[in-house]
Amino acid sequence: MENLIEIESMTFKRGQRVIYDNISLQIAKGKTTAIMGPSGIGKTTLLKLIGGQLRPESGDIRFRGESIPGMTRNRLFTVRRQMSMLFQSGALFTDMTVFDNIAFPLREHTRLSEKIIRIMVLMKLQAVGLRGAADLMPSELSGGMARRAALARSIALDPELILYDEPFAGQDPISMGVLVKLIKELNDALNLTSVVVTHDVTEVLTIADYIYILAEQKIIGSGTPEQIKQSDSPLVQQFLRGEADGPVPFHFPAQSIEHELLGA
Amino acid sequence: MEWFARLGAGTLDKLSAFGRATFVLLGAVVAKPRPLKHIPLTIKQIYVVGVQSLSIIIVSGLFIGMVMALQGYTILVDYGAEGSLGPMVALSLLRELGPVVTALLFAGRAGSALTAEIGLMKATEQLSSLEMMAVDPLRRIVAPRLWAGMISMPLLALIFSAVGILGGHLVGVDWLGVDAGSYWSIMQSTVEWNEDVLNGVIKSIVFAFVCTWIAIFKGYDAVPTSEGISLATTQTVVYSSLAVLGLDFVLTALMFGI
Repeated sequence: MENLIEIESMTFKRGQRVIYDNISLQIAKGKTTAIMGPSGIGKTTLLKLIGGQLRPESGDIRFRGESIPGMTRNRLFTVRRQMSMLFQSGALFTDMTVFDNIAFPLREHTRLSEKIIRIMVLMKLQAVGLRGAADLMPSELSGGMARRAALARSIALDPELILYDEPFAGQDPISMGVLVKLIKELNDALNLTSVVVTHDVTEVLTIADYIYILAEQKIIGSGTPEQIKQSDSPLVQQFLRGEADGPVPFHFPAQSIEHELLGA
Repeated sequence: MEWFARLGAGTLDKLSAFGRATFVLLGAVVAKPRPLKHIPLTIKQIYVVGVQSLSIIIVSGLFIGMVMALQGYTILVDYGAEGSLGPMVALSLLRELGPVVTALLFAGRAGSALTAEIGLMKATEQLSSLEMMAVDPLRRIVAPRLWAGMISMPLLALIFSAVGILGGHLVGVDWLGVDAGSYWSIMQSTVEWNEDVLNGVIKSIVFAFVCTWIAIFKGYDAVPTSEGISLATTQTVVYSSLAVLGLDFVLTALMFGI
């Protein structure tokens, strides 16, 4: 199977703090790969590394065999037209209507006439069910609608790869269901490659073809959803079942409580 | 010793911030021009930072002109020199007050808004998302605002001075009874185009550059949280005001000093 993205023994540090310690992973073309892990371990950072917004300390990240950290800025900008990212907040431009937001990448990167842009934008909006909201401003949308509008914008240029940053975070069950359905359908219909970064276990198990679980700067488990469910790693099981204490401790590292309270 | 280390750390901090600011400036300015795309964006920003600042500039200019005429008259009239009220008002405005007060008002009205806007775009990941769409935020967001500031402020300063001179006329001539002929004719014979008007405009261009640069850099460099943006906005106003007053002394010494 062909890999669209390959990360090879990559290390990334923020100041003195190690975020990733020598990790390797592959993202297969045309599949949905989920990257899961507890909050605060830098899952978004991983997407920014793939998008070339950050550079790894060592190791390599390859997009279709071409090293992303090694690219010039111009080349990187060309490559980025084939990938797009759905930000957690949606990141719609607040000074434009929904329609203009989705037309934005088309107007920036193509020389299509306004007539064709209009048709394309309305088709993308139809796909996410927001054609009726074309003339609203982003501030008038609910959280779930904003994320769907952002999804329409991220497929505007028909990218090969979509990076989803916590697409389900803070969504009510209905919009969660809508997003799960959309991600699945878009992936099948447009033959996209999707990378979904999330900590919502149940949703991911239904849409992912392959899953990586990150914790403590490393990949602690990987496999198909079935393999992950069967995993005998206590860390993976703690994560899947959402147990409060386990290999990932409940307590933030501190000196012993007797010592602190009694001052002994 | 610790004091010494803190001094060093502070200096390094300032220097690296200056370096980042230079990168932001170069990234925004040095690039292949795409006039079809960028001129409409710049015009929109001129509307936001320039046209929308007009009311505060006109009102302030009017009152400053009126106050100067009132103050000037009470002093000049003792020497029977109230005819020189016109050049006094005009020269003070064109050389000093026009550029300086406009820059201070601009920093408070438009500079703080620029910082907050760019900072919030950063906090809401809009800048990041532009990057990922292969659109350079420095050129798309920062450059039009920089040019708009540079174009607007000198024009605002001229409007400020013109309104101030009219305000001086209102108080000096219409109210206190200075002769209108001498107000205008002595002004006309005293104010030099190069020496006074042009030097004022040059000052104003320098202030425009510094104020807008500080404003966009502080926004672009802001820590993307609510405290970060509020701090950046405050710093924009404080740094711009200090820079304007400091530079004004230097420029005045160069232009009108011995």
